Amino acid sequence: MAQTITEKILARHCGRDSVKPGELINAKIDLVMCHDVTTTPAIDMLSKHGIDTVFDPEKVVIIPDHFVPNKDIKSAEMVRKIRLWAKEQGISAFYELGDHGVCHALLPEQGHVLPGMTIVGADSHTCTHGALGAFSTGIGSTDLAAALAAGELWFKVPESMVFNISGDLPEGVYAKDIILDIIRRIGVDGALYRAMEFRGEIIDRLSIESRMTITNMAIEAGAKSGIIAADDKTRDYLATRSKRSYEEMHSDPDAHYEKIIDINVSDLEPMVAFPHLPSNGKPISQIERIPVDQAYIGSCTNGRIEDLRVAAEMMKGKRVAKGTRCIVIPATTDIWKQANKEGLLDIFMDAGATVSSPTCGACLGGHMGIIASGERCISTTNRNFVGRMGSPDSEVYLASPATVAVSAIKGYISDPRQAL
Amino acid sequence: MKAHVYERDHINTDEIIPARYLNMDQEADLAKHAMEDIDKEFIHKVRQGDVIIAGTDFGCGSSREHAVWALRGAGVKAVIADSFARIFYRNCINNGFLVIECKGVSKSIRDGSEVELDILKGEIRDTARGKSYHFPPLPDFAQEMLDAGGLLNMVRNKLNNQL
Repeated sequence: MAQTITEKILARHCGRDSVKPGELINAKIDLVMCHDVTTTPAIDMLSKHGIDTVFDPEKVVIIPDHFVPNKDIKSAEMVRKIRLWAKEQGISAFYELGDHGVCHALLPEQGHVLPGMTIVGADSHTCTHGALGAFSTGIGSTDLAAALAAGELWFKVPESMVFNISGDLPEGVYAKDIILDIIRRIGVDGALYRAMEFRGEIIDRLSIESRMTITNMAIEAGAKSGIIAADDKTRDYLATRSKRSYEEMHSDPDAHYEKIIDINVSDLEPMVAFPHLPSNGKPISQIERIPVDQAYIGSCTNGRIEDLRVAAEMMKGKRVAKGTRCIVIPATTDIWKQANKEGLLDIFMDAGATVSSPTCGACLGGHMGIIASGERCISTTNRNFVGRMGSPDSEVYLASPATVAVSAIKGYISDPRQAL
Repeated sequence: MKAHVYERDHINTDEIIPARYLNMDQEADLAKHAMEDIDKEFIHKVRQGDVIIAGTDFGCGSSREHAVWALRGAGVKAVIADSFARIFYRNCINNGFLVIECKGVSKSIRDGSEVELDILKGEIRDTARGKSYHFPPLPDFAQEMLDAGGLLNMVRNKLNNQL
């Protein structure tokens, strides 16, 4: 039977030759990811139910990232509890401060993600890891506890939607603009419960990092997962990161898709998603002068090295506008070191931006860059819900690192193509 | 039971329980801030056993199960919506917390109305206006999980049987 990549991975993990959308299955899990906010409740649940060992400590990765470096006593207690539990369980992949990073940037960077895997993470943006050809989805704390206990989890096999991305990507337009445009077209529940599969000549040309920007935001269209089949770029990316063998899966040419959506990006402009939904995207040419109090460059969507390179190119030799604050947060320690080595951090700081330690903090209004009532932030992150980055009376605009960097310099939302 | 009606679509978990409270994970602590960024009055209005009624895609956004705990802790018995975001829906089922898909009710039932819920019949009754709305029964697996008292009980039973 012809199957999609998602169906093949799920079938393989429940010991069958094929599965159909809508079926309920129990799938074996290859990798379980935990972070600081969602893990402590799972630890309590396990202990309450008398389950005292995880199914396989080698398949668990713990990355405290949301409120690190610990923002207050309560967060410090949470991480301490997880740290002690990890030690007791013999989980060696615990990314302590100094080796830390935003979980969805760190997990693939450190070679934990391989094609064909099933991955669950107690964070909604776990869909990011589909960029390497894995089935990867976000779960809550009870699911996390169940996955930690049994190494398997129930799933309804999702219908798949395929997005064929073709054309020539214009200068100044990036992966972020493509995914903001897709969400604008289909809406924040346009892919509800579905697997979003991305392919086509543009996807082939994109770097692995850019592909992660796209799969990262699958959840913003309501999807269960985003996925891109492995190719030579994937294999090269993994060559230096993992010695483990893996089995790639690819969709059959005659696989069934609930929807096939063809998108040509040749005329795509830089996109900005207006408050308070990621689907409120507008092409930059249609935007009037909107001043910004803060510009934020970072996160699991756009805090990787290529994002920082683009932002630095826009900011080199310039100054952040008076009245605007600019925060740059490299997503992982390795990215921070690389950016430092390349002189990017100097460029940011010479421009009057501040550069901080890796953390999810600002993106979710946790710490390290919260905005006040009436303030407006343009951000490379993935959500612009009411109160997402601070006060419920503030506003968040989503855009690419190029657009955010240029806007920081100008002090209002600006077109990066004019700066090139 | 009283219905707290929010006609809006895409009510997200940041509104249900803002991230500034995610340094806590106890139901009683979270309950104090339930729905805070969409309706500051909610926790003063809500009584044990009330229901929330909303539009499409309720619970979209972050995977934080804290959203379910905040609502349950505040006394909410069930959420009835046109549709639900998938992680929120899973989290509710896994917790044995009632979520009901019933299209159009948020446009019909008025905020503050007294309603009755009949799970077996699949019916919501607007008692003052004498109107009823019907929804399909819960999927079998969801009912099993509710009966077992949540996913973790099922997992523990399964693990014990394997020993």
